[in-house]
Amino acid sequence: MHKYANPARFNRLANAILPWSFGVMAIAFAYGLYQALVASPPDYQQGETVRIMYIHVPSAWMSLAVYMVLASASFVSLVWRHPLADIAAKASAPVGATFTALALFTGSLWGKPMWGTYWEWDARMTSVLILLFLYFGYMALWRSIDDQQKAAKAAAILAIVGVINVPIIKFSVEWWNTIHQPASVMRMGGPTIDGSMLIPLFTMFIAFHAYFITLLLWRMKAELNERKIQIMKENEVLGQ
Amino acid sequence: MISALKTILSYELKLAWRQGSTGGMAVAFFLVTVALFPLGVGPEAKTLASIGGGVIWVAALLAALLSLERLIHSDLEDGFLDQLALSPWPLELVIFAKALGHWLVTGLPLVLATPLLGVMMQMQAHSIEVMFYSMLVGTPALSFIGSLGSGLTAMVKKGGLLIALLILPLYIPTLIFGVSAIDAASFNGDPVPHLMILAALSIGAVALTPFASAAAIRLALE
Repeated sequence: MHKYANPARFNRLANAILPWSFGVMAIAFAYGLYQALVASPPDYQQGETVRIMYIHVPSAWMSLAVYMVLASASFVSLVWRHPLADIAAKASAPVGATFTALALFTGSLWGKPMWGTYWEWDARMTSVLILLFLYFGYMALWRSIDDQQKAAKAAAILAIVGVINVPIIKFSVEWWNTIHQPASVMRMGGPTIDGSMLIPLFTMFIAFHAYFITLLLWRMKAELNERKIQIMKENEVLGQ
Repeated sequence: MISALKTILSYELKLAWRQGSTGGMAVAFFLVTVALFPLGVGPEAKTLASIGGGVIWVAALLAALLSLERLIHSDLEDGFLDQLALSPWPLELVIFAKALGHWLVTGLPLVLATPLLGVMMQMQAHSIEVMFYSMLVGTPALSFIGSLGSGLTAMVKKGGLLIALLILPLYIPTLIFGVSAIDAASFNGDPVPHLMILAALSIGAVALTPFASAAAIRLALE
């Protein structure tokens, strides 16, 4: 694993992966969005609004998946001191926060025609909202500490504490929800999804994952370049 | 080990006592914040009683949070933590003692003030009693999780807002179970299971957070 701690080697690897992940992303988005927005049938109950699902469900999935990537990278950075793990964690945070915000936003747009309200203090929505706060805290901590290495470690500690808390928060929010709302508005375990909807949904899942990989590699490369520029500037000041 | 715990704890208590009691300030903040609610929502007894538990718990979270900013930062500034790090005592124990001190100085006065606030919020006697217990078993979690936020922001110049952003999401389970115990009592339910989960959260926080806080403080000391 430490083989790729060398930025030049990482860059080569990233450059080898990027065309593929970008290509998969472009094809999957093109096919998936066409299928989702045009070709797939409207739902017999929800009508055309069901199309929000093709964006909403993958973003909700990614919001948690990216947090897991972030926490795993943080763990690797704390335990093995892998320098690229810090950069991976830092680079994935804004992407994950955006997925989370997108999940909340599309959920609220979907909620209006379905439940008659933009916002419902439903267990799932509430825990996703709290996840967004965790992302905000993580990014704020990175920004507040000037020394990049210290910032990386502090943020990694926070990410690991956060990941221990995610199930506790989920459990407590569900408990809270059952006390306050005996009749949930959500159709739990509703009708199973038909194949005509499953294929576009699955394609969108692939597209979102490819998008994340592409963006993560881009952001990591940008961060590495930024650090390189920083060091060059410092050397210039020192007259070396 | 025990002597170390005693030394740091007595230092914390003396400091709090001689500096004009942060605990007193936290309680005053607590009282003022809760008193704002009847002014904002209206004095109707029924409304106040139904929101009372939640309002008092949220005010307690904020009161605990305000006093946390200085918990580690001031000791870092005057070099006290550097000395402690040089001592043979593990930093985890030092943080444990400091968080315990924070609870004794800030958490406990808040707990003692809750019955008064319950009366002001027009709550029933039984709900007030349960609220007292829920604060008693729940506030240690606030101090110990808070010590983590305090450790993480120790190297930040103005950490007040940052600490709120880091810690408040982690306080949510404590808030939920604290309030649900009171709700159970006011609807003739059994508050004991809620209190037990709350106690479990506190015990978990007491057992685990000193390690994370100590790791954060080691960074600040480097």
